[in-house]
Amino acid sequence: MKAHLRDIILIAAILLIGGIIALVLLLTRKTGAFVEVRVDGKTVASYPLSEDAEYDIAGVNGGVNHLIIRGGEAWVESASCPDGLCVNMGHIRHAGASVICLPNKVIVEIVAPDSGGVDVVVGQ
Amino acid sequence: MKKQTITTKTLAFYALMIALAMILSYLEMLVPPFFAIPGMKLGLTNLVVLIMLYSRGAKSAMFINLVRILLVSLLFGSGVSFIYSLAGGLLSGLVMILLKRTGKFSIVAVSIAGGVSHNIGQILAAVLLLNTTSIAWYLVILWFTGTASGAVIGILGGILCKKLQNARLFEK
Repeated sequence: MKAHLRDIILIAAILLIGGIIALVLLLTRKTGAFVEVRVDGKTVASYPLSEDAEYDIAGVNGGVNHLIIRGGEAWVESASCPDGLCVNMGHIRHAGASVICLPNKVIVEIVAPDSGGVDVVVGQ
Repeated sequence: MKKQTITTKTLAFYALMIALAMILSYLEMLVPPFFAIPGMKLGLTNLVVLIMLYSRGAKSAMFINLVRILLVSLLFGSGVSFIYSLAGGLLSGLVMILLKRTGKFSIVAVSIAGGVSHNIGQILAAVLLLNTTSIAWYLVILWFTGTASGAVIGILGGILCKKLQNARLFEK
């Protein structure tokens, strides 16, 4: 009986921690402004979320992910990777949300206006 | 050093368990991602680790765990998938061993903690490999799916352990 109670406490604690993480993320989320594309950890492009467009992202090992930005949302429409998980990850619009393709090492992430991408390049 | 002997029964049992783990891994690979949540798995192979942990102890469980990660990655996976499996497998293995060692929790609770920590391990590996923290949301989803699948595996594991014990498969 005591073991039973301890089980419930442990499982409740696990669920509570998960809930707290979810709550923190939910409260701190902002509407995105830019779509940042990273390949192998390096930022290769940053597109405004407000402009409808389509891009082909070249990942590692010749992989390609087809990115679509439309109506304030971004998603990967098709990909060369065998599992196609990135396509299944759906549409993203909030800052911090991302679509990740592990085989191609491609990350598409929505970033907030203040932290986001390159706004203006001065000089050069 | 004391010479270690291994009985035929133990050898056969280990072989059976590794074969079972590999088949379950393969089965999981055939199933398309559940509900469009990539990375969400039932963790069927965890069933084997769980049974090993409760029948032969921590060392045997970790041994089977490592062997199946290595074999499955070699057969079906890539270098990247090996790192993810290893991160998830090692963390969940360790957590389950430690929790069981306390002797205070049931097999279901141990399995749930294992399921969640497996997903945490994989997310940690992804954070390090991809150099990003943007998968935090993903962690939340996998946190809860890990709890659910851990519960299913834990209940199954409990039943199987009892059956196997009755079949005297656990005796050395």
